[in-house]
Amino acid sequence: MPGLEDLYKEIILDHYKNPRNQGELPVPPAVMEEGFNPLCGDEVKVYVLTDGDVIKDIRIVCQGCSISQASASMMAESVIDKTLEEAKNLIEKFKEMMSVHESNLGSAELSEDNNENSLGDLQALKGVVKYPVRIKCATLGWNAFDQIIGSKE
Amino acid sequence: MTGNTFESEKIKGDFPLLEREVNGKPIVYLDSAATSQKPIEVIDRMTDYYKQINANVHRGAYHIAELATSEMEETRAKVSRFINASSEKEIVFTKNATEAINLVAYTWARSQLKEGDVILLSSLEHHSNIVPWHQLSSERNIEIRWIPITQDGQLDLSSIDELLAGVKLLCVSAVSNALGTINPVKQLADAAHKVGAICLVDACQSVPHFETDVEELGADFLAFSGHKMCGPTGVGVLWGRLEILEKMPPFLGGGEMILNVTSDGFTTNEVPWKFEAGTPPIAEIIGLGVAVSYLERIGMEAIREHEQNLTSYALDLLTDRFGDDLTIYGPEAAVNRSGVISFSYRDIHPHDVSQVLDQYGVCVRAGHHCCKPLMTLLGVNATARASLYIYNGESDIEVLADAIDEVGKIFS
Repeated sequence: MPGLEDLYKEIILDHYKNPRNQGELPVPPAVMEEGFNPLCGDEVKVYVLTDGDVIKDIRIVCQGCSISQASASMMAESVIDKTLEEAKNLIEKFKEMMSVHESNLGSAELSEDNNENSLGDLQALKGVVKYPVRIKCATLGWNAFDQIIGSKE
Repeated sequence: MTGNTFESEKIKGDFPLLEREVNGKPIVYLDSAATSQKPIEVIDRMTDYYKQINANVHRGAYHIAELATSEMEETRAKVSRFINASSEKEIVFTKNATEAINLVAYTWARSQLKEGDVILLSSLEHHSNIVPWHQLSSERNIEIRWIPITQDGQLDLSSIDELLAGVKLLCVSAVSNALGTINPVKQLADAAHKVGAICLVDACQSVPHFETDVEELGADFLAFSGHKMCGPTGVGVLWGRLEILEKMPPFLGGGEMILNVTSDGFTTNEVPWKFEAGTPPIAEIIGLGVAVSYLERIGMEAIREHEQNLTSYALDLLTDRFGDDLTIYGPEAAVNRSGVISFSYRDIHPHDVSQVLDQYGVCVRAGHHCCKPLMTLLGVNATARASLYIYNGESDIEVLADAIDEVGKIFS
């Protein structure tokens, strides 16, 4: 599909078709937060179970588009077994990657940033910033997760 | 074949935006239920207004102020004739249909409704005809009741008598923006009047597409927006029965809506200016007047016939081509619906569908269409929606179908 390769990368479609860490966790001991995208009606529930300051398990229930589902699935995969501090850093880096600066809008070239190398597979989602309306899809699960991390500080 | 007599290709030529390309493809605009495109004569007239006669209305006694005022008031008369109102005083200009409905909620409803009263809404309503009533309900402890829908997205009126018991206000859309269902407004207005209720009609999706006759409909209020009927954004219309409008308190306070102001208080202007505080959207109102003339020239009956034929063509083509892979929501027969086609394709999210369609220049809306309660009843979070208008033809439907095929390829 010409033009959409940046958005629908193989790894994104893979997470969409085979989402990881799906399902619920009993609350408590887990904590749950919901996220809504008023634009399209998408909904996500993120469940996090911690042991001390380590994320022992994370589960996702997502009704949404390929981007919101894949992004939440990739998030779950990358934060499991991480400490809260590490998760917080990852959230910050991810949100930074997703932030649209006016100078970036409309430019086809996506700048490489050393800071993002640590994002690993998540960098595949960088193409989303070329489609500003989809940024909210990509950050839907992350915002819910961010709230959980915030509540544990 | 449709379009033998209706020249949608020629009409398309009146719309400069439809000449552009999107992602290297000719634009196929299928989102007229959200907003219509504008013919060149509307755009030109608005530009000319600013170049030639821009002045505030109902104020100056100089030449251009008189021209601006008379053009604006002529539009009021034109809109009044267009919907067969009994007087141009029944036409209140607002900034959009949402404001028109809120005007009724803040003036008529807040002066007439009290705790324990009931408002009956159809389950097909847009948020703009739900939220103002939720706001009032939480303020006054007013009950909100819902008319259910059938499987095919039509209003289920089997229990309407029970539902109407104790109702003071019935709110219904003439056509559902999400499903295209044409609702039996006249029947509902008559039923509402039998129990002494007032009937408000959201006509955003009907006035641009069919002949509207408020006398025949029998409702008490009718709200619609200019931008869905070839007019500009920033102007909407509230029609209300004169005897009701006259008894209503004013809405916003300010200039224009007063007869006199003293240090002790004010007296209100006559209807309809009583409800038009501040400088109105003059250029937009004049633009709306040009849009009305444009639609009248094509003919509302011809527009309805074209849209019904094209909707039939689209329903047949999409069903033949995609079978069970494509779910179309709403009534089966084109005769029961407008040119709104809400669909889902396999289990692919409508957001993804519309993203791929955009790559082929096809503009459709994806989401809940500001109808979350309806989406809940349908058991979906969102749908994709193609909506047709005068400038669409069969080729647009064919491009849509080809692009849907491409969606399938990416998400197979």
